[in-house]
Amino acid sequence: MRDERSGEHSNHTIDVDAGVDADVNADVNAGAPMSDAPCSPIAIKERTLSGDLLSVQDLRIGFKMMEGSLEAVKGVSFRVPQGGTVALVGESGSGKSVVSQAIMGILPKAASITGGSILFDDPRNDLPPIDIAALDRHGPQMRAIRGGRISIIFQEPMTALSPLHTIGNQIGEAVELHRNCGAAEVVDLTRDMLRMVGFPDPDRALRTYPFELSGGLRQRAMIAMALVCHPALLIADEPTTALDVTIQAQILKLMRDLQQELGMAVLMITHDLGVVANMAEEIVVMYHGEVMEHGTLDHIFRDPRHPYLKALLKAVPRFDMAPGERLVPIREIETKAESLHAEAVAAHPVVEPEKPILTVDGIRKTFSIRKGGLLKQSAPVRAVDDVGFTVKRGECLGLVGESGCGKTTLSKILMRALSPDAGRVSFYDGTRDIDVLALDGDDLFEFRRTMQFIFQDPFSSLNPRMTVLDILTEPLTIHGIGTMDERKQKAARLMDLVGLDMRHLKRYPHSFSGGQRQRIGIARALALNPELLICDEPVSALDVSIQAQILNLLKDLQRDLGLTYIFISHNLAVVDYIADRIAVMCRGRLVELAPSELLFQNPRHPYTQGLLRAVPDPNPDNALDFAQLMDDKASSPDRWPAPFTDDGTGGLIFHDLGGGHYVRAMADARFERSAA
Amino acid sequence: MLDYIIRRLLVMVPTLLVISMLVFVIIQLPPGDYLTTLVQEYQDRGEQIGEEVLAFYRDNYGFGEPMWKQYLLWMKGILLEGNMGYSFAYEMPVSDVVGDRMFLTILVSFVTIVFVYIVAFPIGVYSAVNQYSPGDYALTFIGFIGLATPNFLLALVLMYLANEWTGASIGGLVDDHLRDAPMSWEKFVSVLQHLWVPVIVIGTSGTAGMIRRLRANLLDELHKQYVVTALAKGVPPKKALFKYPLRMALNPFIADIGNILPEIISGSAIVSIVLSLETTGPMLLRALETQDMYLAGSFLMVLALLTVVGNLVSDLALAFLDPRIRLGAEASK
Repeated sequence: MRDERSGEHSNHTIDVDAGVDADVNADVNAGAPMSDAPCSPIAIKERTLSGDLLSVQDLRIGFKMMEGSLEAVKGVSFRVPQGGTVALVGESGSGKSVVSQAIMGILPKAASITGGSILFDDPRNDLPPIDIAALDRHGPQMRAIRGGRISIIFQEPMTALSPLHTIGNQIGEAVELHRNCGAAEVVDLTRDMLRMVGFPDPDRALRTYPFELSGGLRQRAMIAMALVCHPALLIADEPTTALDVTIQAQILKLMRDLQQELGMAVLMITHDLGVVANMAEEIVVMYHGEVMEHGTLDHIFRDPRHPYLKALLKAVPRFDMAPGERLVPIREIETKAESLHAEAVAAHPVVEPEKPILTVDGIRKTFSIRKGGLLKQSAPVRAVDDVGFTVKRGECLGLVGESGCGKTTLSKILMRALSPDAGRVSFYDGTRDIDVLALDGDDLFEFRRTMQFIFQDPFSSLNPRMTVLDILTEPLTIHGIGTMDERKQKAARLMDLVGLDMRHLKRYPHSFSGGQRQRIGIARALALNPELLICDEPVSALDVSIQAQILNLLKDLQRDLGLTYIFISHNLAVVDYIADRIAVMCRGRLVELAPSELLFQNPRHPYTQGLLRAVPDPNPDNALDFAQLMDDKASSPDRWPAPFTDDGTGGLIFHDLGGGHYVRAMADARFERSAA
Repeated sequence: MLDYIIRRLLVMVPTLLVISMLVFVIIQLPPGDYLTTLVQEYQDRGEQIGEEVLAFYRDNYGFGEPMWKQYLLWMKGILLEGNMGYSFAYEMPVSDVVGDRMFLTILVSFVTIVFVYIVAFPIGVYSAVNQYSPGDYALTFIGFIGLATPNFLLALVLMYLANEWTGASIGGLVDDHLRDAPMSWEKFVSVLQHLWVPVIVIGTSGTAGMIRRLRANLLDELHKQYVVTALAKGVPPKKALFKYPLRMALNPFIADIGNILPEIISGSAIVSIVLSLETTGPMLLRALETQDMYLAGSFLMVLALLTVVGNLVSDLALAFLDPRIRLGAEASK
């Protein structure tokens, strides 16, 4: 049996031959295996299990590669009790997703189970537990469990749904496969499920395509698809990682509610300890294919034993960190900034150090979005609406907001990659004021040296056909700085600065990990000795341990080189850790601006308050208050309570609450002053 | 949707106008015109062409006039009288010359396209699903040979082999004795008997290319997340393959229709000469050689029209099949 599994058939994700075999088996087993289930899932009685719902024992999974085989999962054991929530935690490459794929029988083609068992005890029948690991991957038994009794939701709700089929079709398909339903009943069940996951108009939703939905609704559709057959176990593989923090909180709440309503167990796979602290009862920590530690929520967060777990907990930014407390990355990197510091100081003499380095005033940008592809229609969208702020020399200004709030558009305007419709950007370079938006030709070219950009995605922001040396010297070449030799020396110093080995200059980006690539990106941004760096979500694509490393590196560089940052992120804990002052944006408007401590202690704007409430803290004592979650009201300016209501007619101004705390509200509003 | 179709049809008008100008200019580019060629031919034979003949041509077809006047004369004929001009070489109106042959050309092309799709589709799917299997390698190998072999060579080889083995001549599209006969059941059957050779010859490279494209498209789609989602729902693998990735891989396939049509019609010219088919290809070549400008120009215009219409058809089919195109909106994010 085992040999057959690890053989040829298991080497294809989609395998027509295996499908043929499966069909033959189906005939032997007399008809489709799923059709005997009654249509309404509620009609089925479930027994209470004496043992665990799912019990994984000494599971081993190997990958066949060109260079031989690699064991990705090395003897993992854990259990999921009936109706319970277990979190499988680990960094990328820890093997946590592979375990979930093995439970579902959807391992990639090169992978095969080489040992151990996955025992699943279905509460709907009185049979002894089935060993999923021993089943034929595409056989009728496995297919009946998959999607019927065990379901999965994935991280990326866009790519996980077929763009060519309606939501109703894709959800209904699961019902058709696993229940004995007529066409009308399929539609009814699907509609009920869509209502249950919170679609405002389920009838319409049946006929919508995934691309017509927002990310949050897509994930709701995905959940509906997984739960429509009322499975005994839901595997959630990073279900909220791709979502905004407010949407994340909504989805987590939805999953909890549905779990209670349907009595299912949840196996949550994530690297986000904040999510874990709010959802899980038991936690399994994985590292390099092995279980490091295993215990209840309290045990894991209050009494971590294993050094890896301790290190992981220390690497996550938290709200209750002491001022000046430093994150401890699992692997610290050394930076040597001395030589570059001298260069930086020489390059930028500053006459008035107290004067703001960047003054942004009244920036507006409107896009017209073409809707309805074939029929030309356009609806103007105010991406940035009257935004103004200042950035002090040497500080880090955090820019926070959900996706689509205009923070990236604003950063592009500052970089002169987009032209605003109105507004002024003034840069003080130490000796004179520069009107950034009026620059052109040589002046603009020259100015670009002072302002550089760090990108979010370390994979697509480095040209894969250039060596690291080429990447680092390209800015110098473009600006004609130094001779070839000097540029090489500078590149070596930059590598040193970000803690990379200068012997790796000849390598190409693909031979570096995500965190190392991000360091190369930072080194490139520093090549021209800029004064201001705009960091656009520089750590959101990275693992927690790497995230701490990069954040510390950015902090050190800021201190050593006297840099000024504008740090864009949707992760409030990260912004809290690195930023001195935080600006909150919503729908193109700047709604609140305050020093970090003030903003977190005393948020004034309803949007900021909602945003803060939605952030899951990796601390079980500080659980999310799901009852208090912001609904969609919090991100639509015309539904904010007075005096914050913004219906687009104007009349709102920035109120100074003292201590550098500003909030946007009607001009006649009165506020008590913030304690400085 | 209706709006869109009307707009697309309106855009076709200026497109075709520009194409007609380019076609006309290009045909006129070589030095001389049909008259000088004609005079030359007579001189080569040691004869003199009658002055009144020359005068007739000049008066009626604007030889010697500036090019734009000739162009306007041509366009006026097409637009106002549906008259595509006069073929000097055949001494007949162009439409009469082209008529018969156009039917055969369209027949050959249509059957070839159907052949390409029917053969390429299952092979492409098999190759992609069983990537790197012996079957995939074998089919890939054959496919590359098909791509690399010039059509006319294949035609010669087939003709030679058929002649060696059966003693029959497989050239032409009908048996000789039926060539000038009007269309009849007998002639139709004869056409079908001859059709397979040109279809295979013309279709081979298209089939090979199509297999490669389908294989590549499908391979991209097979590893997408939504395929895993379908499997995770418990969809049997074969059904999942047909419902999801194959459907996605169809898009480039359909987008190809617009290109494949003119490609097959123009690409078959040399094969038609080798196989002596009575299609339009050889006639176009001859018309270009003799600067029989109205015949050549009209041919090229028909090709252009086919291209433009083919693109319209494929765009409409895409919109029909893909909701992202039909309903618009950014598909990304």
